[in-house]
Amino acid sequence: MKGRSKVETMIRIGLYALLIALFVYAFQIGAFTYIAENPSEIAYLVGQHIRMVAISSAAAICCAIPLGIFITRPQFKRFEFLVINFANIGQTVPSIAILALVMTYLGLGWQTAVFALWFSSLLPILRNTIAGIDSVHPAIIDAGKGMGMTQKLILWKLELPNASYAILAGIRTATVINVGTAALAFLIGGGGLGDLIFTGISLYDTGIMLSGALPVILLAITIDFMLGIFEKLIIPKGLQRKVEAI
Amino acid sequence: MITFSNVSKIYESTGKKVTAVDHVNMSVEEGEICVFLGPSGCGKTTLLRMVNRLVQITEGSIEIDGKDIQALDSIELRRSIGYVIQQNGLFPNMTIEENINVVPKMLGWDAGKRKNRYKELMEMMGLNPEEFRKRFPWELSGGQQQRIGVARALAADPPVMLMDEPFGALDPIIRDHLQNEFLRIQKDVKKTILFVSHDIDEAIRLGDKIAIFNQGQLMQVGTPDQILSDPKNEFVRDFIGSDREIKRLTLLTVKDLLNKGKKGNRKSNLTAEINEFYVTLDTDLRNALAVLLASPTGEAVIVDQRNQPHGILTFTDYELLTGVHPSKLKSIVH
Repeated sequence: MKGRSKVETMIRIGLYALLIALFVYAFQIGAFTYIAENPSEIAYLVGQHIRMVAISSAAAICCAIPLGIFITRPQFKRFEFLVINFANIGQTVPSIAILALVMTYLGLGWQTAVFALWFSSLLPILRNTIAGIDSVHPAIIDAGKGMGMTQKLILWKLELPNASYAILAGIRTATVINVGTAALAFLIGGGGLGDLIFTGISLYDTGIMLSGALPVILLAITIDFMLGIFEKLIIPKGLQRKVEAI
Repeated sequence: MITFSNVSKIYESTGKKVTAVDHVNMSVEEGEICVFLGPSGCGKTTLLRMVNRLVQITEGSIEIDGKDIQALDSIELRRSIGYVIQQNGLFPNMTIEENINVVPKMLGWDAGKRKNRYKELMEMMGLNPEEFRKRFPWELSGGQQQRIGVARALAADPPVMLMDEPFGALDPIIRDHLQNEFLRIQKDVKKTILFVSHDIDEAIRLGDKIAIFNQGQLMQVGTPDQILSDPKNEFVRDFIGSDREIKRLTLLTVKDLLNKGKKGNRKSNLTAEINEFYVTLDTDLRNALAVLLASPTGEAVIVDQRNQPHGILTFTDYELLTGVHPSKLKSIVH
């Protein structure tokens, strides 16, 4: 345990060093000058980016978890393989392809971007919800049933708490990836920080590009960190041993 | 009292019918432990799970105290029956106290009553209530977990308990210990218990009654002594093994043998010191025999409750049991 935590700290320090190096590089190249000179533009784009991620992720959570619960009920269990296969195939489609596909139907604009982001974060959450509920040990469910728990109690007191680790991990992964994918929204007129990144690329201006990329990185790290704290609060204490052991 | 009349369970899969339980007729008296014994796949667990309707009855009926279980609400029925399973089934997301209070909470007991009951049960199990209150199942050893499993089943004081190989996954020493404790607790609580096991020694030890199953059919039901002395058919004879006469010794204690034959007549020459080869009055004759076989002199000192020497046990004492028809064994010593 101690050896592992030592390696972990070293890797963590390495990653921080890399991040700092990136910032120093960005500073030299002039990204911060651009940010300092255009604070209102940056703030606007960050706001747009966050809004896109928040709406699409929230909608994905609201759809994927109920659907996952629904499909794991005994009555609908036989359709589970359909949903899982759909989710698996859906996840292999690259996000940029989803953007292109959705664009052909919904046209350009912000809504299209949100819809595409919603769709691509839906699948990992759905898959983790189903896998989490399915992985609850059958003996636990059997004991609950045998003690006279109703279906509803089994879901709320046994299945969801014991699957919470997997479900929250799905949400965390999906949301963080979503932050990165949202940068592509610029391509179909969705705005967001992708605006600066792609402008920078086409102008061969690394400074402008990084002034878009850095906020995206910071956003992803912050959201990951916040969701990590959220996990600690929500996952039952009795299950957190697993979290620590990893 | 639990009565099984003509109980059958038939599984149908892709047109093929599999009879898991085949017209079982038997009854279990109140306050009795009845062990369902048999090889795996013999239908014993299925029959057990039919009692709390986790498995639906295909044919026949099960009555608890004269009430047909089919007529009762399945949720209420289950809340009135204690249920313990092999992997203890403790809920990993709940503390020990929450685990034990699951059924009382569903039954709407108030917090004070639940707290008292928790304390009472933990003391009964020989665990410190305060130490374990806020702990989680994974922090406990296998034996402790299984004890909590039993305590949880007892929480709402149900008259009937179903136990599906509760000690099956434990190592022999802990299992031995828990079996003893289980018998001690049963003396106080006097539940009607259906107990599934595949271990003949466990069945002899715990059961007031043993029901032996094979391929869904009830082969024989009776007291351990009846089963061991008078196996009804080839299957039962094979299942209990050729050493059944030795297993029968488990049913008698050193005290039984003394009462019959020795009358303490050899007390006079009691000069032996208590060494490592000793038995107590409550040691069963099977274990006592093992001590004699290990002893270099072929003798063992009998000690009483106060650890004082009481007499000497030798192989000759066992001669008392030879030449007696097995079914008379119990009667000659009493």
